[in-house]
Amino acid sequence: MTERLLEVTDLSTHFFTHAGVVKAVNGVSFTLDRDETLGIVGESGSGKTVTAMSIMRLIPDPPGRIVGGGIMHKGRDLLAVSSEEMSDIRGNDIAMIFQDPMTSLNPVFKVGDQIAEVIRRHQGKSKRESWKMAVELLATVGIPDPDQRVDQYPFEFSGGMRQRAMIAMAISCNPDILIADEPTTALDVTIQAQIMDVIRDMQRRYHSGVIMITHDLGVVAQMADKVMVMYGGRTLEFGPVDDVYYNPHQPYTWGLLGSLPRLDETEKQRLTPIEGQPPNLLLLPAGCPFSGRCPYELPVCAGEFPTLEMVGGGHGVYCWIPIGEREKIRAGLPRFRHEAAS
Amino acid sequence: MSILEVKDLKKHFPIKSGLLKRTTGWVYAVDGVSFSIDEGETLGLVGESGCGKSTSGRVLLRLLPATAGTVSFDGIDVMAASRTALQRLRRDMQIVFQDPYACLNPRRTVKNIIAEPLRIHDIGTEAERKRRVFELLETVGLTAEHAERYPHEFSGGQRQRIGVARALALNPRLIICDEPVSALDVSIQAQMINLLEDLQKELKLTYLFIAHDLSVVKHISTRVAVMYLGKVVEIADSSVLYIKPQHPYTEALLSAVPIPDPRTERERRRLILEGDVPSPANPPSGCVFHPRCPRMQPDPCTKAMPPLEVLDTAGGDHKVACYFPTRYDAQAPAGA
Repeated sequence: MTERLLEVTDLSTHFFTHAGVVKAVNGVSFTLDRDETLGIVGESGSGKTVTAMSIMRLIPDPPGRIVGGGIMHKGRDLLAVSSEEMSDIRGNDIAMIFQDPMTSLNPVFKVGDQIAEVIRRHQGKSKRESWKMAVELLATVGIPDPDQRVDQYPFEFSGGMRQRAMIAMAISCNPDILIADEPTTALDVTIQAQIMDVIRDMQRRYHSGVIMITHDLGVVAQMADKVMVMYGGRTLEFGPVDDVYYNPHQPYTWGLLGSLPRLDETEKQRLTPIEGQPPNLLLLPAGCPFSGRCPYELPVCAGEFPTLEMVGGGHGVYCWIPIGEREKIRAGLPRFRHEAAS
Repeated sequence: MSILEVKDLKKHFPIKSGLLKRTTGWVYAVDGVSFSIDEGETLGLVGESGCGKSTSGRVLLRLLPATAGTVSFDGIDVMAASRTALQRLRRDMQIVFQDPYACLNPRRTVKNIIAEPLRIHDIGTEAERKRRVFELLETVGLTAEHAERYPHEFSGGQRQRIGVARALALNPRLIICDEPVSALDVSIQAQMINLLEDLQKELKLTYLFIAHDLSVVKHISTRVAVMYLGKVVEIADSSVLYIKPQHPYTEALLSAVPIPDPRTERERRRLILEGDVPSPANPPSGCVFHPRCPRMQPDPCTKAMPPLEVLDTAGGDHKVACYFPTRYDAQAPAGA
């Protein structure tokens, strides 16, 4: 029996701005088990980062507020704990790494001091001990000459090494959950491959649950066991990666997969982009946020958000188009023709 | 017929330090790059950050002075061109920039932005220019109504279209696309790629497509040149390069790209390179790739940079700069 680490139900986080209310996250639910990797995929403004920040309780208030839903971590309601308790949970139980490792490290302190501080704060170790642990952690994440590197400042590290240092800091207290928010977006592909390797290695070693937030469907295919597709603050489809990639049910998921040029494509296929522009988060329709751009929109779509429909084991979709109709449309799309044949 | 010939192009930036700002070193950003582009084709220039791909693009337009090397466009020597000759040349060679936010003047209307090249080159009357702007807006998928608006009223994808319309204003023959889609979301990126492909067909354009995303480069390019630390290490037809890469760096680069297909990903073997890209201010001796190369032999790899040349076994114009390239047996199936 796998251990449930996190259960998010109907989470809504809104930002109250002068221009109006931005419903950045709107009724999002998911779970995360030990040893499991969840990929949250979406374009800019889809709400994937705000979802992560809500779990960490790092939403700036004002203007933001978690307006509804629940976040349960191993039976404890994270929305009910005090901010002191939450500080203990961050780092000890749930850790996060961010997109830009330069802005997450303090430029005026040595890398070793920054890692050691986390260990002292959360584990009450002595200065000496925590420094020794910092050296070991840097070695664990694959930084060469860790005993010299630990004495250096962030500017002396390359982008890839900074991200390794961030991972070292994140795993220093052996958290159950590691949230990685676009951890490799600022890095080159060969360095990205190294960092993904480190994350996978850490997960195997510590049996943590990983939430991988990314816009890159390739990264999700490489890393995740299950995936959640977000658009305009809503989850539109979720499920085991194979189901979502080979048997997608939401027109937005079709659009995303059809938009991608593929390295393994043997003959050139014209891309099938999603027409139109990304939605204005202040003016989202009451119904499905993809209405307006969806080529198969029904009259009901803009007014009312669809109810959840389960289409397979753990594979759910929010879409008003009847399932038989959806399968027919998908079979006609260039990207999925060969899937239907095989 | 090649429209652009680049030979041994170099761009070294001085590192200045101290009170007197004396030159204490050089950044070898572009260090001996050669390639040619045929009329109507797309040459992809791919590499990681700092490899000199963008600098190459700028130098060959003479937006930056070259340190050495020659560039000829349609037989005309770009590097030696006089001011007036260069202005005439720039009608034929245009550029689309990466950042759709930084490349448009926020204080000017879209009409003004797109008409500027026409004004500078003194083409047409005011009314004719206005008509041309409307026409260009439609060509790139916007409408005439957009002409009086300002850049901030547009999304990233729409701004990039404005940048393309401006590049098209003078009916150029060659467009240098410097990371034109990397700032865009996937769904918008696909619109842009299709637009660039359609324009190429309609207007018989030639592209130099600079990008770090190998999937995009493969999709759009006829041929691809791979750069590493200021040098081209491999150049080949796009389909050949992706199936039969000969340079170990190209292999590692290709294997590092995640493919949006879970089954393929589970079955793939990844070649993970160790270490970081060295600084172009202090490039390694010999082959620039040798410190990270799995096939490195102290002699000759650390002694001299291998020349970029055609391998007899490969045939065609597949060139590689490596002493120990992967050789593909003619009998062996592709990719084996």
